[in-house]
Amino acid sequence: MSRALTFHIGAIIVLAVLQFILPVYHSGNLARIMVLAVYAMGYNVMFGYTGLLSLGHAMFFAVGMYGAGLSIRLFDMAAAPAFGIGIIASILFSLGVGLLALRTIGVAFMIVTLMFSQAIYLLILYFNPLTRGDEGFVIPQAVRQVAGFDLSDPTTRYFAALLLFAIALLGMVWLVRSRTGRVLVAIRENEERARMLGYDSWAHKLFAVVLSGTMAGAAGAAYGLLFGSVGASFAEVPFSILPLLYVLLGGPGTVIGPFVGTLFMFYLRDISSSFTDAHLLVAGIVLVLLTMYARRGIMGVVRERWAKWLP
Amino acid sequence: MEFGPHLILAILEGLVQASVLTLTALGLSLVFGVMRVVNVAHGEFFMLGAVFAYGVANSIGGAPVVGFVAALIVAPLLVGVLAAAADWLILRRLDHDPERTIVATIGMLYVIQQITLMTYGPDAHPVTPPFNQRIAIPWFEFTDKGLEFYFPWGLSTTSYKLFVVAAAIVAGLGVWLLMARSRLGLILRATQLDRETALAFGIPVQRVYALTFGFGAALAALGAVLVVPIQQAHYLMGGDPLLLSFIVVIIGGLGSLRGTVLAAILIGMSNGIISVFFSPTLAKILATLLVAMVLVYRPQGLFGKKPA
Repeated sequence: MSRALTFHIGAIIVLAVLQFILPVYHSGNLARIMVLAVYAMGYNVMFGYTGLLSLGHAMFFAVGMYGAGLSIRLFDMAAAPAFGIGIIASILFSLGVGLLALRTIGVAFMIVTLMFSQAIYLLILYFNPLTRGDEGFVIPQAVRQVAGFDLSDPTTRYFAALLLFAIALLGMVWLVRSRTGRVLVAIRENEERARMLGYDSWAHKLFAVVLSGTMAGAAGAAYGLLFGSVGASFAEVPFSILPLLYVLLGGPGTVIGPFVGTLFMFYLRDISSSFTDAHLLVAGIVLVLLTMYARRGIMGVVRERWAKWLP
Repeated sequence: MEFGPHLILAILEGLVQASVLTLTALGLSLVFGVMRVVNVAHGEFFMLGAVFAYGVANSIGGAPVVGFVAALIVAPLLVGVLAAAADWLILRRLDHDPERTIVATIGMLYVIQQITLMTYGPDAHPVTPPFNQRIAIPWFEFTDKGLEFYFPWGLSTTSYKLFVVAAAIVAGLGVWLLMARSRLGLILRATQLDRETALAFGIPVQRVYALTFGFGAALAALGAVLVVPIQQAHYLMGGDPLLLSFIVVIIGGLGSLRGTVLAAILIGMSNGIISVFFSPTLAKILATLLVAMVLVYRPQGLFGKKPA
């Protein structure tokens, strides 16, 4: 077993043990952080590895969340098939977005993703009778059951979140060391050259968008099922900026970075909320400082200084 | 009200919206054109303009005209200086790299918005318009006695709204004169055309950038000062102008000032008219999707020329 694989499996084991050590408040936070970290890891596939900066990732999260939530609310589905619907909806939706948005590059790509995301948010508001708009709706506890496990129970919820997180984390370790992952990095570094070497950069970028969107959608569906609430605020622009912030802070192009970034930002917000309501101020200041002084993020620096083997 | 008078009213509202939007979008377009920078904090500079206008008009007191005129001068100036300083301290150090500046301006957006929330507070405040006479508009109808003029109830505008339209036209002409006829405009256009060559000819590009960024923000603030007697100053008011300016700048062709003005009038008018007759949310959905499609299929904008 390589060092990289040992390190990431070790991280998962540590997280599993923490559930029994941490007080309830913090293990509840950690469950949320793990789900959000899957969202950020999905973002990292596009931004960190392929070099595609999206400003509208909340739309993928929302499609997964509403795909699962609405199938429960409108069609009385059980939790497991609803989760499946959320994933399928995310795959189809990100495929459509990818086919359209990848016709543009650079700044235009960012704005197209922003506009699509805004359209999704407004659509959720527009179909208020179905989605209950800004207020959102609650997924009742009775529905949040999978194979006899109650997802609203804190311990079950923690391990469900950990399962999703572990699949995503190990999948990423495998991906970035696979041929496909290396082509994605080649596209990030120099798309022209990658194309000249005979790689189909269009197909690889489309794959990155679909994988990234599906991971975000899976995180959205899981968030709805685990924490029981579905709302339009998860489709708003600030929620699209969050994964960018998490990834920039944790280290773009590192597998564990998005989790580290999410963990730091979550607790930074938690601590700052005790003395100010304007928690977005912290996010703003961190964004500006990161772009100015620390482009590689926390794990990027760790990799550079101490652990060259970190994927 | 019948359809005819209703339409006239919608067009008048659209005209006021289009005027303010033209100024705001011109600022965004100028910054993108000259600096190749997408300023996501543009809407917050708009909001700051409105908040400063409230502050100035309130602290001066006296006749509303005095406070308003003072706000018209002080607020854009203050916002411009603030934006130029932000460019000098932050964006200059990022070498104005497109992706990094976008992220940094997102950060600036939150910082400006939240500091306003912490100081100015979450409430909306109005600014008294300097003059505000109601002007009734006649409508005609064919009756048995032939053509007949009358004043339908509700069909009216105010002198202040007409002033907004006039002021926007004057300011727009001013920007055009500056860009096309002045030495400063020449320098700006030279920087836009080729940054390296401009630098080689001794143009202080970094200072030009700071000036452009400040000027763009000041234009947004000017639009906000004009609109704040109609719409109150609120710390979250920057969202819509930002989105609409984005739409306008893209439809008009990134960096083209003439396209921006045309698109601002088109989008402002149609947004005003659609919002009166249909749901504003639907209008926004259609506009955002239109923009996305324009970027995908016609990246040079509806009025722009295809790059060679």
